[in-house]
Amino acid sequence: MRALFADRMRAAFVVLGSLLILFVAWPLLRTITATGPAVLWQTLLDEEVRGSILLTFQASFIATGLAFVCGVPLAYLLAWVDFPGKRLVEGVIDVPIVVPHSAAGIALLMVFGRRTLLGQAFSIFGLKFVSAFPGIVIAMLFVSLSFLVNAAREGFEAVDPRLERVARTLGASPWRAFWGVSFPLAWRSILSGMILMWARGLSEFGAVIILAYHPMVAPVLLYERFESFGLRYSRPVAALMILICLATFVVLRLTAGRKRGRA
Amino acid sequence: MREELGSVQVRDLGVDLEEFRLCDVNLDVAAGEYFVILGPTGAGKTVLLETIAGLHRPLKGRILLAGEDITHAPPERRGIGFVYQDYALFPHLSVAGNIAFGLKLRKMGRGDIEERVTTIGRLLGIEHLLHRRPGTLSGGEAQRVALARALVVEPRLLLLDEPLSALDPETREALQRELGRIHRELGTTTVHVTHDFEEAVALGDRIAVLREDRVGDVKREGRIVQVGTTEDIFRRPANEFVARFVGVRNVFRGQAHTAEDGYKLVMVNGVEIAAVTELEGSVHASVRPEDIVLSRQPLLSSARNAFRGQIVDISDRGTIVYITVRIPPDFICMITRRSLEEMELREGMGVHVAFKASAVHVF
Repeated sequence: MRALFADRMRAAFVVLGSLLILFVAWPLLRTITATGPAVLWQTLLDEEVRGSILLTFQASFIATGLAFVCGVPLAYLLAWVDFPGKRLVEGVIDVPIVVPHSAAGIALLMVFGRRTLLGQAFSIFGLKFVSAFPGIVIAMLFVSLSFLVNAAREGFEAVDPRLERVARTLGASPWRAFWGVSFPLAWRSILSGMILMWARGLSEFGAVIILAYHPMVAPVLLYERFESFGLRYSRPVAALMILICLATFVVLRLTAGRKRGRA
Repeated sequence: MREELGSVQVRDLGVDLEEFRLCDVNLDVAAGEYFVILGPTGAGKTVLLETIAGLHRPLKGRILLAGEDITHAPPERRGIGFVYQDYALFPHLSVAGNIAFGLKLRKMGRGDIEERVTTIGRLLGIEHLLHRRPGTLSGGEAQRVALARALVVEPRLLLLDEPLSALDPETREALQRELGRIHRELGTTTVHVTHDFEEAVALGDRIAVLREDRVGDVKREGRIVQVGTTEDIFRRPANEFVARFVGVRNVFRGQAHTAEDGYKLVMVNGVEIAAVTELEGSVHASVRPEDIVLSRQPLLSSARNAFRGQIVDISDRGTIVYITVRIPPDFICMITRRSLEEMELREGMGVHVAFKASAVHVF
């Protein structure tokens, strides 16, 4: 603590930094404290709110699952194999972070929309994306997959590649070496990437609203209530969502905080 | 129970990696032999071992293990154990879990696995560590675990990549003796890579010297420049590189026993050399040429070792001169050119050599 105020410069930095912390924490706390526990409870009992939150959780969960299946192998390759165009692939993975999310929604619409080739192909299997659950899933997947892939890649990069080599000499096939050595060692990073991605998916608004206004995910519901009924009615929903997201975030920090066993 | 011991033949092996390449490597390792590849610190020796283990695809050439062509076999089908310099233990598994890793892949019963893990643990003196995590082990302990993990699956060939280099001197010496003992007990064909000449001499039945050169800006190239017994390598270096790398030294193999006055005597070719050491039995002893005092008359000095011999060779290297004196073992002594002239030394002349017991390094 004393080190923070060791000299005037540091004291000034403390003041400046605190402004930013306050800027984040104050509105969040204000929203939560302005809503009494009774109102929060009532909001939670509201069928529409509950259904919407559940829908959001499910969609983000499935998006995370899809990203896990394809993203972990990709992360493994990015971590350990040098191939031409690797920088480009890494760039592509990061693009969703920088494009406006509503633009991402439009882009998805161009490929998964009703009249598109893919949209029609999927509709044969009864899968439609516009104004439907799968649309929410792909919107969330698009905007949040970078979190999982990057976290998993960092996880694999931290594993000594010779461990897999030793496993191979002991009789493990490439698959067994992966599941027995690299995956468990990278697991903590992968898991924290999954939680981060899931949490990011929960809060997605821009891309989702373009593909599927209905069924309403929680952020869309919140927006609709604000537009139709004003601050008073949207605030409890906002408070509830902030609380839920804070809770997941705490879990995330706890998981990521426990360091891997040393090699 | 043991699979057939593997002889190894490497034929015209070429490997080309981004920063390193190996050219025309030819090796013949007999079944049960302890073979050492000696070379300066660099990437090359590891690449060679990893290629033999199947972890790099060779550009050309063939690798035969026990007569079977394994050039294109995946590493898991080769039956080759590998031990890295810094152990590469699985940090998420206990010591027992590390050792059992290969056994579990062989679908062995739980009881069998436990028995084998305990047996190998006893052989390496790590029974008491089985429940520990790798992160809590000392370097020497970790390397024993890595050895146990490689040996427990009874490999046809054991590859050791600088296994002692990460250890402190005391642990290194202990584990070096251990490697010799384990090899005598199990008889596993072993290829051991090191940059340490004494390690190579102490352990190797035969030695191959690997030379590395720069090609281009970043790339290095490795090739085997001499293969032979320890004697061959330091008595008859094939070229300037080997001679320089090995250095000029007096290395003898002998039997050490305790003398009455507390010194150890190392018997070499019928000559007893006094030394200061804890070791007994079959040992190597070395004396640096610059530690030997050469004189025409016997000297009265504190040196415990004094012998009379005959000059058989004078090798002039400019300001310094190497003189080989036959006692019967040949001692190489280093003197300055000026001493040579002042003492008027010539081949065939009788001279006296003397050196302190503390100048004798026993290993």
